[in-house]
Amino acid sequence: MAALTSEAAVLSVTGLRKSYAGREVVAGVSFKLARGECYGLLGPNGAGKTTALRCCLGLTTPDAGDITLVGEPVPLRAREARMKVGVVPQFDNLDPDFTVAENLRVFGRYFGLVDAETRRRIPQLLDFAGLGGKEQARLQTLSGGMKRRLTLARALVNDPELLLLDEPTTGLDPQARHLIWERLKHLLQQGKTILLTTHFMDEAERLCHRLAILDEGRIVAQGAPRELIASQIEPQVVEVYGEDAPAWAASAAQSCAKRIEVSGETVFCYVDDGQVIPLLAQLANLPQLRTLHRPANLEDVFLKLTGRELRD
Amino acid sequence: MTKLPSRYALPSFSWRAIAVWRRNFLVWRKLAIPSVLGNLADPMIYLFGLGYGLGGLLPQVGGVSYIVFLASGTVCASTMNAASFEALYSAFSRMHVQKTWEAILNAPVALDDVLSGEWLWAASKATLSGLAILMVITALGFVASPLALWVLPVIFLTGLTFAALGLIVTALAPSYDFFMYYFTLLMTPMVLLSGVFFPVEQLPAAFQTVAAALPLAHSVRLVRPLLLGEVPADAILHLSVLLAIALAAYWTALILTRRRLLA
Repeated sequence: MAALTSEAAVLSVTGLRKSYAGREVVAGVSFKLARGECYGLLGPNGAGKTTALRCCLGLTTPDAGDITLVGEPVPLRAREARMKVGVVPQFDNLDPDFTVAENLRVFGRYFGLVDAETRRRIPQLLDFAGLGGKEQARLQTLSGGMKRRLTLARALVNDPELLLLDEPTTGLDPQARHLIWERLKHLLQQGKTILLTTHFMDEAERLCHRLAILDEGRIVAQGAPRELIASQIEPQVVEVYGEDAPAWAASAAQSCAKRIEVSGETVFCYVDDGQVIPLLAQLANLPQLRTLHRPANLEDVFLKLTGRELRD
Repeated sequence: MTKLPSRYALPSFSWRAIAVWRRNFLVWRKLAIPSVLGNLADPMIYLFGLGYGLGGLLPQVGGVSYIVFLASGTVCASTMNAASFEALYSAFSRMHVQKTWEAILNAPVALDDVLSGEWLWAASKATLSGLAILMVITALGFVASPLALWVLPVIFLTGLTFAALGLIVTALAPSYDFFMYYFTLLMTPMVLLSGVFFPVEQLPAAFQTVAAALPLAHSVRLVRPLLLGEVPADAILHLSVLLAIALAAYWTALILTRRRLLA
């Protein structure tokens, strides 16, 4: 990916900085998206994900940095660039006064599409979004998941090269989330490029070819999810729960884990493959502690890099 | 690094504003009949209530019966109200509550296009509102001559003026409650000082000076003679004042909206 030039990239961001009221919300962020790739921006609340997206769309002028979006310099030619981009915002902003079909038709006009053209595309867009036959449905009759899928269909009305998705599954139930993921994978197969922000690690692990973890406006790690897990963290995790767990962590556990994190009455033991069996054997003698052994995942990486304190 | 145009740049206009106008028109069309009737009911109650009730006690006002005098003021005040409501409550809903503008800005439409679309729409809706009253008072025989057709461009311009002023307030508003100040502190005094209910000449001299600066007063000075079948005196002056306020207010609203949404 190092060979990816700014010209070949669907989106190229270099040295992006943006401050609000003296606080640097985005503090020198660089990344590039190759065609057909799904790239994730992960970070706790306030990490600068949404601000970075606003800069990419040309909705605000960065303090420093260069952005090229679908071949156009941003913000100078942001409007032209947005012709070839679809956006799914964090919060639904569908038109509540319109039917499903009207939402798509009216949105198509913002791209200069004539109604006849959008009308022809509406059935396939709705089929794609699992909303086939819902053309005349009023917006109030749609569930949260259906609204999200309609927002996705709306973002595709201009047949964009690149989709920007800001926390696309926040607030959805598991069924609705899985359906969105499945649809996004389908779009990637069609050759679309996706930039996704999320704080769901399973979402990022499933969808993203590469991702960046953002914290306080900086990229603290960047790479493929598997690579990040392999390079940033021990391969195995043993979680230990119980009233006595913190005391155990402070004494006996030290010798049998590479790294220990304590959060309330839960102890996370990060261990190498060879340490798992001795650790589990020791824990077998402590029936008051419950244990769960699992492979390390992206969430472990995320928490290691961004810490466990609340960010709100 | 390239920059967005300066916050203080002159307004840019493009055909893209039409897509925004059409969005609002489609919503209005769905509710057109209740909307027109609603906009008509309030001014008609005042017109008949004051026109016949109070008018019965009065001699001629400005050379005509009080209800005829009041009819032309009502056309202007209703246009002002319709434009203000649309540019305040409705535009604020679309900007802040429904985030409709945010959705539009993700498409290849600039904020200048969104705001000019909203501006033209609010003026259009105000014109429809003024037109509805014009039709009613024509049917009642309060309109003297076809010269009254010239009222249409005047009420459109009046709509543009008050829509632009409203958009300034919307750009500054933290919530709907904020609009109450605008109505009670500016709109209501304006109606009383602008010759809607009684001739401006009834006011003490100081108030007459204030009235000379109020856009509604200029609108009334144009509409009243036109409805009475006369060519307004100083028409160019009154039109120029309305146009100047409309343009200056729109530019101000645009600067404030850019500051609010493109920071």
